[in-house]
Amino acid sequence: MKYSVPWPEMPPEMNKSFIAFVKKEVLHILRDPRTMIVALLVPVVQMILFGFAISTEVNDVEVAVVAPHITPAVEAKIDQLSHNPYFTFKGYIDGRDIDRTLASNEALAVIVFDRDYTINGKTQLVMDGSNPNTAQTAAGYLTQVLDDTSSSGLAPGVTILYNPQLKSAYNFVPGIMGLIFILICAMLTSVSIVREKETGTMEVLLVSPIRPVMIVVAKMVPYFILACIDLAVILLIARFALDVPLSGSLAAIFILSFIYIVLSLALGLLISTLVDSQMVALLMAGMVLIMPVMMLSGMLYPIENMPAILRGVSCIVPARWYIEATRKIMVEGLGFGYIFMELAILTGMTLFLIIVSVKRFKKRLE
Amino acid sequence: MDNNDKVIQVTNLTKRFGDFTAVDSISFEVGRGEIFGFLGANGAGKTTAMRMLCGLSIPTAGTASVAGYDVGRQAELVKRHIGYMSQKFSLYSELTVKENIALFAGIYGLSRREIKDRSQSLAKSLDLGEEMNMRVGILPMGQQQKLAFSVATIHNPEVVFLDEPTGGVDPVTRRRFWELIYQASAAGTTVFVTTHYMDEAEYCNRVSVMVDGQIKALGSPAELKQTFNAASMDEVFRALARNATRNE
Repeated sequence: MKYSVPWPEMPPEMNKSFIAFVKKEVLHILRDPRTMIVALLVPVVQMILFGFAISTEVNDVEVAVVAPHITPAVEAKIDQLSHNPYFTFKGYIDGRDIDRTLASNEALAVIVFDRDYTINGKTQLVMDGSNPNTAQTAAGYLTQVLDDTSSSGLAPGVTILYNPQLKSAYNFVPGIMGLIFILICAMLTSVSIVREKETGTMEVLLVSPIRPVMIVVAKMVPYFILACIDLAVILLIARFALDVPLSGSLAAIFILSFIYIVLSLALGLLISTLVDSQMVALLMAGMVLIMPVMMLSGMLYPIENMPAILRGVSCIVPARWYIEATRKIMVEGLGFGYIFMELAILTGMTLFLIIVSVKRFKKRLE
Repeated sequence: MDNNDKVIQVTNLTKRFGDFTAVDSISFEVGRGEIFGFLGANGAGKTTAMRMLCGLSIPTAGTASVAGYDVGRQAELVKRHIGYMSQKFSLYSELTVKENIALFAGIYGLSRREIKDRSQSLAKSLDLGEEMNMRVGILPMGQQQKLAFSVATIHNPEVVFLDEPTGGVDPVTRRRFWELIYQASAAGTTVFVTTHYMDEAEYCNRVSVMVDGQIKALGSPAELKQTFNAASMDEVFRALARNATRNE
């Protein structure tokens, strides 16, 4: 069976000029170490930074214990705690020393067992609140451990699904993906198009027989490939270095990411039609794209906690929908059926951006 | 000369942007192999006229044909038969000489074999050896400009448009650059050149001077000097530009 080349109404020499142009774009990227660093190193560095350094999860919580009577029940609980990799048992202290122990950073938390713990199972937690994030997370996890055999029924038994250890990797991996594709596709593409305007080579290209839209498509090809490499790298690091389960369908992640990458490329083209210097393109991409992705997409701060107006704004940030859907697939292990709305919104946004940016690009040429 | 030898034919070509008439009904013809100087102060409408001739901008009124194709209706075909070099440097300075040649030859649809042959003859005529594998950005300015011209004519276009090609170089280098232009012209390529330098205007076969969107003078440098009773093209130009109403 014969397949025709999927470029309607284009003479064969047009394909040749297209290929010559793609080659040139690849050379540009290979020649410019800065582009390569941004494209290939930044995702790895971000994954490692967020994964190991800026982690919001709490490791190695030092716990001291106040117990008026060290009964077998208390000992059993302590034993359970000290076998938990997240806690370090620092020893028994006197009730009067709680303040001093916390203030001197000997421990982050003190568990006070009730005089009648064996009977009523009551405990009290005293936390060092100087770092509220750490204190909150540690308290949450301690409560869970202390509660799980509790028969008192005083506190609701909390069971956390999908991410039982509250690992932050589950949260930020989709966020980083949302950020990286904007960075590579939108920022680098817009800078590369604007650079041609700045150096004057764009003029030469426009006078050549290569069609303007083809110039843009040819520019996008290498960045698209770079983005795909990054997608693979991020997923590999997430799976094997950060132990994110990737429980959902990989096909769904790829399709979702594909749409989002195309959307980012269209955004890059749009920026390039709005500005005339590489500097401004960088600033635009930074302020208009990256900031909202970090602040308003749910990557760092939960959307539910935002004031209503910001929640509204977050709806037009494409990364929000991408990150939400990716979390559903990666962490909750859901399939296509559950990300239908996000897919539809992203596809709509992508089509809109392609139409607007190509129109603007063509108009700018006149 | 019969009509087939008129490589550029412009009749009442006009471009308006809203109320502003950038190019006001200009007419002229340029023959095969001619070196035609297109002069005018900044804002006189040179660039707009040249953009129309290159198929980048659609005329509001009038017609123009370049290499036998109408610039309004057959812009794609016009582009295929012209070369272009601008005042801004028009090669990629981070690519090597060879890569630049391969890119532009590829864009104009030359075959691999043709690309190889043209690179070799270009290396010979510009006396480039080792430099073929060097980045264009590290070559001396004069050499870069000659290279840009050679690349702009790599596909043997019928017309080559040069938009202030020698901006910012000294007269000696300019003179050497013009030797290339004469070679191309002798080989039958029509050269359409805009310039600020009046010594360059003297090198042209014929020049036109645009003032306020209109062509106010057209002829060989010798004819124009006679008509305006001037000693140099510089005086001719100043005599005409004095009456300009548009500012830069």
